[in-house]
Amino acid sequence: MNPAGHGGGAGGGEPVARAIGSPAVPDGAGPDRYGAPYAADTLTDHDRLARGGGVARWEPLGMSVTPALDLRGVDKSFGSVRVLHDVAFTACPGEVTALVGDNGAGKTTLVKCIGGIDPFDRGEYRFEGRPVRVGSPRDASRLGIEVVHQDLALCENLDIVQNLFLGRERRRGLSLDEDTMEEMARTALSGLAVRTMGSVRQRVSTLSGGQRQTVAIARAVLYDSKVVVLDEPAAALGVAQTQQVLETVRRLADRGLAVVLISHNMNDVFAVSDRIAALYLGRMVAQVRTADVTHRQIVELITSGASGDLGPRR
Amino acid sequence: MSTDIPGKSLAAGGAADGGEAAMALSDGDFAADRREHDMRSALRDYRDRIRSGELGALPAVLGLISLVALFAALKPDTFLSKGNMANLSVQALPITILAMGLVFVLLLGEIDLSAGVASGLCAAVLAKLVTDAGQPWYVAAISAVAIGIVIGTTIGWLVSVLRIPSFVVTLAFFLGLQGVTLKLIGQGGTVPVRDDVVYALANKNMPVWLGWVLAAGCAAAYTATQVLRRRRQRVRGLHSRPLEFVLAQSAVVSAALLVSAYVLNLDRAPSPLITLGGIPWGVLLAGVLLVVCSFVLGRTAYGRHIYAVGGNAEAARRAGINVTRIRISVFMIGSGLAAISGIVAASRLSSVATDAGGGNTLLYAVGAAVIGGTSLFGGRGKARDAVLGGLVIALIANGLGLLGTSAYLSYLITGLVLLLAASIDALARRRRSTAGR
Repeated sequence: MNPAGHGGGAGGGEPVARAIGSPAVPDGAGPDRYGAPYAADTLTDHDRLARGGGVARWEPLGMSVTPALDLRGVDKSFGSVRVLHDVAFTACPGEVTALVGDNGAGKTTLVKCIGGIDPFDRGEYRFEGRPVRVGSPRDASRLGIEVVHQDLALCENLDIVQNLFLGRERRRGLSLDEDTMEEMARTALSGLAVRTMGSVRQRVSTLSGGQRQTVAIARAVLYDSKVVVLDEPAAALGVAQTQQVLETVRRLADRGLAVVLISHNMNDVFAVSDRIAALYLGRMVAQVRTADVTHRQIVELITSGASGDLGPRR
Repeated sequence: MSTDIPGKSLAAGGAADGGEAAMALSDGDFAADRREHDMRSALRDYRDRIRSGELGALPAVLGLISLVALFAALKPDTFLSKGNMANLSVQALPITILAMGLVFVLLLGEIDLSAGVASGLCAAVLAKLVTDAGQPWYVAAISAVAIGIVIGTTIGWLVSVLRIPSFVVTLAFFLGLQGVTLKLIGQGGTVPVRDDVVYALANKNMPVWLGWVLAAGCAAAYTATQVLRRRRQRVRGLHSRPLEFVLAQSAVVSAALLVSAYVLNLDRAPSPLITLGGIPWGVLLAGVLLVVCSFVLGRTAYGRHIYAVGGNAEAARRAGINVTRIRISVFMIGSGLAAISGIVAASRLSSVATDAGGGNTLLYAVGAAVIGGTSLFGGRGKARDAVLGGLVIALIANGLGLLGTSAYLSYLITGLVLLLAASIDALARRRRSTAGR
C-alpha cells in the first residue's frame, strides 16, 4: 500500500501513464519524458495529477478539480418502494471513493444507476462537468464508465486474452488480430502489476479468485475508462488475494482514474480509499475524507445514519 | 485524453514499479508464454491436459484406429477393399455435414432434434423442383438451402425470443416437418432425383490428378499456415507452441490427407476393362465446408461470440454481445447445413423417400459431434469434431453391415457408442472442474 497516495494522489509525483507500445520511460528522465501523446494543451487536470504534475491537492469535497462523476438529487423507486432519496454522489479522478452502507441501503441500486443498467427516475447525472444521459450500459461505457460486478461475468471456457477483448475484438479484415490482442492484454495486466499468471493464454477456469478479479478489473480499464466501479471486489477472496486486489485498486486511482469501491470491510475501506460516501436507508448521509474520520464514526454512519456532527442535519 | 486510440490509457503501472514494469515484460511475468519448450516439457504439458479432462480429438482418433483395426481383423478382404473405402467416405458425408451444423447449435448448449427431418424436407424440395418442376440444379439447391435457413430462423426465434427450450421446439419441428415431407412426396412415395450435377455429388469422382493436387495443396497450405503463425508469434514474443509439436501435427494432418487421396485414387473398378478411381466430389464439398466452418468458429469475432454465449451467456450479454442474434444465427447455420446434408444424401440414394432424414439420422449426427469432442454442455467443440465423429459413426455402420449383424444388434451397438461418447464428455467435464480447468 502506498500511503502517499492518500489525500488525492498528489505530491507523490510518481504514477506514469504510458501509451501502449511506447517505450518504457525511466523515472525522472526529464520534463519532456511524457512525449507527444501528452502535449500540454491536451492535458486535463487529472492527467497532470496522475503524473504528479504539480497541481495542488484539492480540498475536501472542493471543486478545484472537476469530478469525473457527479450525481445530484437522484431518486429511484421500484414500484412503490423508494430505494434512493435525493442522493448526491461525487467521484474525483485520481481518488478511490468508497461507497459504504448496510445491506439494503441502496449501494447496488446506485451502482446500477451509474452503470446505466437501471437508470434513475429523477436527478442530475454529470460526467466530467457536463450533464449526460446514461440509459444503458452501452451509454456508460461509451463515456468511459465501467462497472465490475460482484459476479465477475467472465467466460470460463475462454482464455484471458479472449475474455479481456470480449465484445470488442480487434480485427484484421475478416479475422481476429490475435497477436495484437495478446500483446495488449499482457501490457494491461503488467500495468496492473499482475505477477502471478503463467500465461495470458490460460483458460479463465484455471485461475484463482483473485486472478479472476484482476482479469475483470483489467477488462474494465482496458480502454480509455475514466470511472471504474468495483462492487465488492474482495468479497470472496483470501487475505493475500484481497491484498493483491486492493493494490490493484490503488494503482488504478494513482493512474488518474476515478475509482468507486463498494465494500463491507472497514479495513479495506480505510486501507485504500481517499473519500468515503455512506448510504443509510437510501439517503447519502455523509461524503467525507477518509483521513478525517475514524472507523467508529463510519460504522455509526452505516448503522444509524449519523455520527456526532456527521450526517444529515436534523 | 483522446479517445481515437483505444488502449492508449493502458498505462504501465504506477511509478512505484516505473521502469520495473517494463522489465517485467522481458523476464518475470507470463513466463510460460515465453518459456522455450523442449519436446519433453511439451509432452508433459500435453499429458497434464489430458489428465485434467482436456481430451481434444484424442477419443475420436483412438476410436477410429481401434475400429479400423477391429473390422480389418474380422473382415480383412471386404472391409479393406478399395471399393469399400470409397463407399465409406461417401457414407460418412451426410452425417458429417449434418453434424457440422449441429456443432454450432451444441456450442450454445442447445439441441436441434429436427435437423435430420429438416434435411429430409429440404431434399424433398430439391427432388420435387428438379424432377417434377424441371428446374436446373442450382435453383433447386438454393431453394432447398433457403428453406433450411427459414426453418432454422423460425426455431431460433422461438427459442431465443419466446424462450421455449430448444428441446421442445425442435421436438415439435421433428414431428411437424415429417408431416410436411409426407404431404410433399405423397404417402409411401419416392421422388427420384434425375439431375447430372446432383447425382455426381456422391456418385462421381474427380480426376485422379486433381485429387492429388488438392490433397498436396491442402497439406502444404496447412503446414505453411501453422509454421508461419508460430514464427510470427515467436518474433513478437507471444505465446507459441513448440516447433516439434507444430511439425508433428502438420505431419499427421498431411499424412491423413495424402493417404486418403492415395486410397481413393486407386483403381477400384470391379472389372479390368474400365478404370474407376478418384476422390468423390462430395468429399470436396465437405472439405470446403470444414475449412469455412473452422475459420468462422476459430478466427472471427462471430465465432468467438458463439463460444462466449455458450460459456456464459450473461457475461456475453454484459460484454455487449447480442445474445439473441447469436442464438438465432446458430439455428440458421444448423438447418442450412442440414439442407446441404439432405442434398448429399439425396444424391447418394438418387432419390428422396418420405422417411428421408428420419429414423436415427439425427442421433447419428449428434453422436458424431459428441464422439468428435463437442460438449453437450456448450462452449466446447470444433468443426473438425463433426468429421472425426462422422467417420467413426460411418465406420461402425459400415463394419457392422459387412459383418452381417442383425438390425437389432446394430441399433444396440450404435446406441451404446453414443452413450459412451456422452459419458466421456460428462466425465471429462467433471475432471475439468475438479482440476480447476
